[in-house]
Amino acid sequence: MTTNPTKTRPDAADRGGDVRLAGIGKTYGSFTAVHPLDLTVARGSFFALLGASGCGKTTTLRMIAGLEEPSSGTVHLGDRDVTALPPYKRPVNTVFQSYALFPHLDIYENVAFGLRRRGIRSVKKQVGEMLDLVQLGEQARRKPHQLSGGQQQRVAVARALINHPEVLLLDEPLGALDLKLRRRMQLELKRIQTEVGITFVHVTHDQEEAMTMADRVAVMNAGRVEQLGAPADLYENPRTTFVANFLGTSNLVEAEVDTRGGGDVVVKAAGGKLVLPGARCSAPAQAGGRVLVGIRPEKITLTHADDAGSVPEGRNRITGTISNTSFIGVSTQYVVDCAACPEFEVYAQNIDRDPRLVPGADVVLHWDPAHTFGLDAGQSVLAGTTGEAGTAGDGAA
Amino acid sequence: MAFVTSLLNWFRRHLVVIAGLLTLAYLLLPNVVVTVFSFNKPNGRFNYEWQRFSTDAWKDPCGVAGLCGSLSLSLQIALWATLGATALGTAIAFALVRYRFRARGAINSLIFLPMAMPEVVMAASLLTLFLNMGARLGFWTVLIAHIMFCLSFVVTAVKARVMSMDPRLEQAAQDLYAGPFQTFVRVTLPIAAPGIAAGALLAFALSFDDFIITNFNAGSTVTFPMFVWGSAQRGTPVQINVVGTAMFVVAVLFVLASMAVGNRRTRRKA
Amino acid sequence: MATLTEAPPPPAPAAPEKAPPRRRGRRTPYWLLLPGILWLVVFFAAPMVYQASTSVQTGSLEEGYEVTWHFATYWDALSAYWPQFLRSVAYAASATVLCLLLGYPLAYLIAFRAGRWRNLIMILVIAPFFTSFLIRTLAWKTILADGGPVVDALGTLHVLDVTGRLGWTSGDRVLATPLAVVCGLTYNFLPFMILPLYTSLERIDGRLHEAAGDLYAKPSTVFRKVTFPLSMPGVVSGTLLTFIPATGDYVNASLLGSADTGMIGNVIQSQFLRVLDYPTAAALSFLLMAAILAMVTLYIRRSGTEELV
Repeated sequence: MTTNPTKTRPDAADRGGDVRLAGIGKTYGSFTAVHPLDLTVARGSFFALLGASGCGKTTTLRMIAGLEEPSSGTVHLGDRDVTALPPYKRPVNTVFQSYALFPHLDIYENVAFGLRRRGIRSVKKQVGEMLDLVQLGEQARRKPHQLSGGQQQRVAVARALINHPEVLLLDEPLGALDLKLRRRMQLELKRIQTEVGITFVHVTHDQEEAMTMADRVAVMNAGRVEQLGAPADLYENPRTTFVANFLGTSNLVEAEVDTRGGGDVVVKAAGGKLVLPGARCSAPAQAGGRVLVGIRPEKITLTHADDAGSVPEGRNRITGTISNTSFIGVSTQYVVDCAACPEFEVYAQNIDRDPRLVPGADVVLHWDPAHTFGLDAGQSVLAGTTGEAGTAGDGAA
Repeated sequence: MAFVTSLLNWFRRHLVVIAGLLTLAYLLLPNVVVTVFSFNKPNGRFNYEWQRFSTDAWKDPCGVAGLCGSLSLSLQIALWATLGATALGTAIAFALVRYRFRARGAINSLIFLPMAMPEVVMAASLLTLFLNMGARLGFWTVLIAHIMFCLSFVVTAVKARVMSMDPRLEQAAQDLYAGPFQTFVRVTLPIAAPGIAAGALLAFALSFDDFIITNFNAGSTVTFPMFVWGSAQRGTPVQINVVGTAMFVVAVLFVLASMAVGNRRTRRKA
Repeated sequence: MATLTEAPPPPAPAAPEKAPPRRRGRRTPYWLLLPGILWLVVFFAAPMVYQASTSVQTGSLEEGYEVTWHFATYWDALSAYWPQFLRSVAYAASATVLCLLLGYPLAYLIAFRAGRWRNLIMILVIAPFFTSFLIRTLAWKTILADGGPVVDALGTLHVLDVTGRLGWTSGDRVLATPLAVVCGLTYNFLPFMILPLYTSLERIDGRLHEAAGDLYAKPSTVFRKVTFPLSMPGVVSGTLLTFIPATGDYVNASLLGSADTGMIGNVIQSQFLRVLDYPTAAALSFLLMAAILAMVTLYIRRSGTEELV
């Protein structure tokens, strides 16, 4: 797309480098908002900081922007230490939560603001092109309050992007939009990011948003990064109960380690034995030790107890009774009571529905051991669920 | 050199704070002077120069003829003016926010104009009215005048509060079986109460401290500000400073106490 | 209100103040408005008319007055008292500018920098109101007393030389000079500037400052381009709340000034209460009202064109 004749797109992408946070932390009095953390965001990537409100993700973002002074640690852009630079000297721009558009300036002047501050005289062409990129050319002379939420959001993006920052920071940029618009803007933002090739750091509490848009996601909880990785890695192989519960849903069963060898861990749970790959067990598993065995609801197959014989060998299996079913459309969600775990959730695609699977029916749950993961049993099983957010101070964004 | 630079930097960073605090000092300096001079023992009739420390005036605040009488008269007028202006003003505010009617614009201007008019103009014109009617100047003319100029301020204060009130609250009350009167007493009035209280306090302060309009319409009646004005020509007794200091202290204590109560309440709720 | 769902037919309206506002009765608003509006019509609007009529009357106290459409009173009053008129506007304008310059930093301090001190400073700004303003104005007589520390300091710093040359002070005195009157006016109306400024500053979303900083605006530019424009509503209402009462004031000129610093309020007051020349007094008061309304309308128009948020 590029708009600035003096800075062509590859040039813009070449500038700067990785964002490197080294030991960066923030405390307010005795409250630690962010524990010292190290984080590297690769140049040109779309990075998401995900967590519940109050987990420190916004504080981390604001420290990159220079809006918050870190209590410890440094911020590097490429090889440059920018920790001491005030925001107006950093080659970083922010799309603020609820946008912070200047109410006394029209759309055109809002977008031109940064260029003018840097002493650029002829802004007309750039602003025009930028407004066209976000499809707001017609609205240039309107005031922010005359625009819809989605339009305001696009102005906020345009206002930041026009400066060709090395990093674009997005603080819950879609939080104020309704669901449908949010989905559309997610794709739109992703398209813009691919087009301009600028590093995006995105803060959100919406796990689906983070997984759809980002190349890499850092899940934060109580001022710490719980786990960092590609969305699929985080989902398939969570390393803490918080991640397992905050990203999607997980069934967690407490179990005792029986044997470990040949790459697999065998555990005993509720009279039966379950197998999981040793590589997917983040807990130190010695024989006799305790672990939490996890499995995602959609990996499980339900078979009526009458057909138990047809379940192939080599699969993890648990027996139970269906206590509840709800029909969602594309799938049916079952809640199954079993000895190992009182409320086992199972999602089944509605391909061929077995009419015998109704509340009260005895069933066998079985799944491929490769989908099983193991977690340290020392943590709360409920961390990351809505009941227990796992965050001390909920409320602050 | 580095020291000078860092000093300059510190100064520049805190320029706003320093300037703001200087303004605050400018605002408070006269109160300090009033307080200090309430302990003065002046030579002669005027209390403008420091002579020596004395608590005589504090021991005998009513020791000057007419002072305490004027004070009590001012309190009475302020009380009645507050009552009158609050009642009339609250009714107008509710009508303005809650109803549609004709001549709305004219009524709004009629309420706005007294606040945008120099006091001396209102004072003078009211005096011509009283003179034309042949009214005897005194307590009643002062009270009428005070209610008149306090009214607009009460309307503004109450209106702001009622306007910020969610009309759905009243609808909810009616949905929950409250009749119109019940709705007004149980929901509307309690929510509007802070606005009404603010308007009443403002009216009291304005009336109690009014001089210009009173000066024109009081005849030979002497309110406290009139007493101070008169003594500025004839000689200022120390007792004036005593009253001024006492008023200041009482008001500040009142505000602090109400804030403490408010804090305790919110804490208890939390 | 139109959105109301149910509306029982109103019984006879009760005492106006108590009338429940929920009724849809067509007459309810008028009953609510009646007493207060009547009060304002009789004691605010009607007097204006009386005053206008008085200003074109002739006669004397002893023989009574009579409307003779004697417009010459206006001309005579204006030619006799134009210096006081000009002085009023000049003093009030100076005081307003000073209030803005002094009040803005304090309002800014309370709104953005005070932190947990905010409530305390707020109380300190309002608290002086609770002591009679006449007493506080008299205190300036002490503060600005001849040979007092303030005047001495100004003299030593040669400030008095400068102000003396400008005609604001005379010799080594501050009291009984224009400077003292303007100083008193500024002091008296400062809170009326600070409060609206604070209200409009406090309403500014803090993220706008951050956004401006993020978009390469230095702190001073943030102030020029964002904070100040957004505080314009406060600036406008603050200047009006200061300028209007300051123009009509005669207390400061009487207590802190001299015969040479008389303002139009002083003239109106003495014409009404001492000279008893009612037509001239009424004409002057009417002129003052007209002048202020004209200036205020013009000012609001001018500042209104900038389209305040």
